[in-house]
Amino acid sequence: MRFQIPIGPQHPALKEPISLRMTVEGEIIRDADIRLGYNHRGLEKLAEQKTWIQNIYLTERICGICSHSHTTCYVQGVEKLMELEPPKRGLYIRTLVAELERIHSHLLWLGVAGHEAGFDSFFMYTWRDREIVMDILEIICGNRVHYGINTIGGVRRDLDEQQVKHILDSLAILRQRSEYYQHLGTNEPSFVARLAGVGYLSREDAIALCAVGPTLRASGVPMDVRKDDPYAVYDEVPFEVCTADTCDVLGRTVVRIKELFQCYNIIEYLLKNLPSGPVAVRAPRRAKPNEVVSRYEAPRGENIHYIKSNGTDKPERLKVRAPTLGNYAATIKMLKNGFIADVPLIFAAIDPCICCAERAVSLVDARSGQEKIISMNSLKTLSLKVSAGKARKREAEWPL
Amino acid sequence: MATVKTLIYLVIYPGLLFLFLYSTFVEWYDRKLYARLQNRMGPTHTGRFGLLQPIADFIKLMAKEDIVPDRADRKMFSVLPAVGLAIVFTAMLLLPVWNYSLDQPSAISFNGDLIVVLYLLSLPTFIFFLAGWSSTNLFSTIGGARVLTMLFGYEVPLFLSVLSPAVLADSWRLAEIAAFYRQKPALALVNLLGFIVALICVQAKLERTPFDIPHAETEIVGGTFTEYSGKKLALFRLMMDAEMVVAAGLLATVFLGGFPGGVFLGLLNFIIKTLFVIFFLSLIRATTSRIRVDQVVSFAWKYLAPLAILQLLIVILVKGLIS
Repeated sequence: MRFQIPIGPQHPALKEPISLRMTVEGEIIRDADIRLGYNHRGLEKLAEQKTWIQNIYLTERICGICSHSHTTCYVQGVEKLMELEPPKRGLYIRTLVAELERIHSHLLWLGVAGHEAGFDSFFMYTWRDREIVMDILEIICGNRVHYGINTIGGVRRDLDEQQVKHILDSLAILRQRSEYYQHLGTNEPSFVARLAGVGYLSREDAIALCAVGPTLRASGVPMDVRKDDPYAVYDEVPFEVCTADTCDVLGRTVVRIKELFQCYNIIEYLLKNLPSGPVAVRAPRRAKPNEVVSRYEAPRGENIHYIKSNGTDKPERLKVRAPTLGNYAATIKMLKNGFIADVPLIFAAIDPCICCAERAVSLVDARSGQEKIISMNSLKTLSLKVSAGKARKREAEWPL
Repeated sequence: MATVKTLIYLVIYPGLLFLFLYSTFVEWYDRKLYARLQNRMGPTHTGRFGLLQPIADFIKLMAKEDIVPDRADRKMFSVLPAVGLAIVFTAMLLLPVWNYSLDQPSAISFNGDLIVVLYLLSLPTFIFFLAGWSSTNLFSTIGGARVLTMLFGYEVPLFLSVLSPAVLADSWRLAEIAAFYRQKPALALVNLLGFIVALICVQAKLERTPFDIPHAETEIVGGTFTEYSGKKLALFRLMMDAEMVVAAGLLATVFLGGFPGGVFLGLLNFIIKTLFVIFFLSLIRATTSRIRVDQVVSFAWKYLAPLAILQLLIVILVKGLIS
């Protein structure tokens, strides 16, 4: 007997609204369908109305977990447009915050994976230790979630000796705890039984479906923007790209835990080799007409920002491709022929950040439930028809 | 006098009142222990050490709006929680918790009451299945199907492992089994393997991690209880707590020598021994993750059932040696 189970838009396994429609036969999934568009916020449009500086704080709010990833990606692009060379110390601090963010994101993910597998003790333990890295971030930036440390041409805050010492001390604790989680995550029989062999994604499929980040690396593809196209100071810092060859959720867990240890090494290196000097240079208000693509390895995978300037103090176009969007196609592949019981795990294993990836809305007729694709121009005509006769609030130029 | 005793037995101890209070205490104990194992605080605010929290939860749920889905079988849907609670409370009456004498240790004691308790403990599983099925919700239906699938896994090992001490004691009567192991405590050690198997099976019967598959919240929302709310949900939760007490009591009777010593010492014995069993149940809950339903069945038949049969063989051998 085939029937459809709706997972989402509201479901305990999902932290954000998305709709996964599973066609199941008994406990086995035969087909899966992902529907997006419940969390569209119009950020890209908003970015066109704000100045270069204001947009840093806007892009920071794209995501609540990899907030630094989006600002760094944006700021790097703008620096290229403005032909700015941020000072070394600024870049070191920027990289330091980026790696701390990676630690907090991976610890958070480990907890979520534990919770989805019904291993709540693991969840409680990892989230307890995530507080340590959140405290470090608070000491550096003054904030726990939206760090607000990036600025065009460097960073906004400097580090002092006491902070460096505190970070190194806390790292020692984190390293010790992570070793315990590595042991637990790969040895606890009931946990491993749930993860091993689940959500299989072969190396060829991972490349063909454009998977990114730990999902791709767990399929044995050593692809990491930090190595392939180094930005900030990654060309100076020694680190390894972590991969696994099991191609399943266990592999994705192992990759993330291995990356935690790489993060600790990178942070120690950065703090020990912190150059002296200023942390930022002065940035101009305007950028010459040009366009740029900026790449960044966020904790969840490759993050891409496309920025186009037109000579004013505002961008003409900002396009964000969050890593989660790159993993959706692979997720469908992983879900097929799996068990219903594995849906939350497989979906959580890509570390989905749904609101980051919401760049589209689908139009559904409220009465008939029919969905239709509508071009931007006819949508514009439709909206003009609806608002015909009413006073227009202000002149707005559509960019396309 | 006999009537008074029966009334006390039914209403106060170990009947309604005691079982209600003790079930809520056991829920508190389980929650607190689980929380402490996870480096959390657990209930703290209601009553001393949060002791009244389960009762507060119960009262709160009783006061909540009670919704019956349109498409559900209304009668079946409404009557199931009460029937389930009645079954579990009946099972409690068969445990030999009040030793007037060996002839009359519980309200009804007869040769074969062990089987009746096991049977009464099987019924709640069917109640859960029917609850899921009569809700007509997709998630409940899947939950109901999972309840039955799991039943095929753990029921046989549970019966085998609980019956092997009875074989050694040469009696099918709970009071006599308990008395036998009190007289020869060394023989209780023979059943260690069976005790472990029974603990795991009871964990599965009570649907707690790693066997909380029928109501795995991240997979199928509330599972069998998705559509239940208000009073009915409160009764179901009370029923599950009471089932935990009865199951722990059964294991304590069969494997740990029962509850000797009359009213007060017997009560103390009962509390200590059931809490000892529940301690292990909480420990399993805190240290494992939820497994899949197919893994439960294969685990039960690959490991639990052979171990239970091995236990039976050991018991038969030991019985041959001592006689």
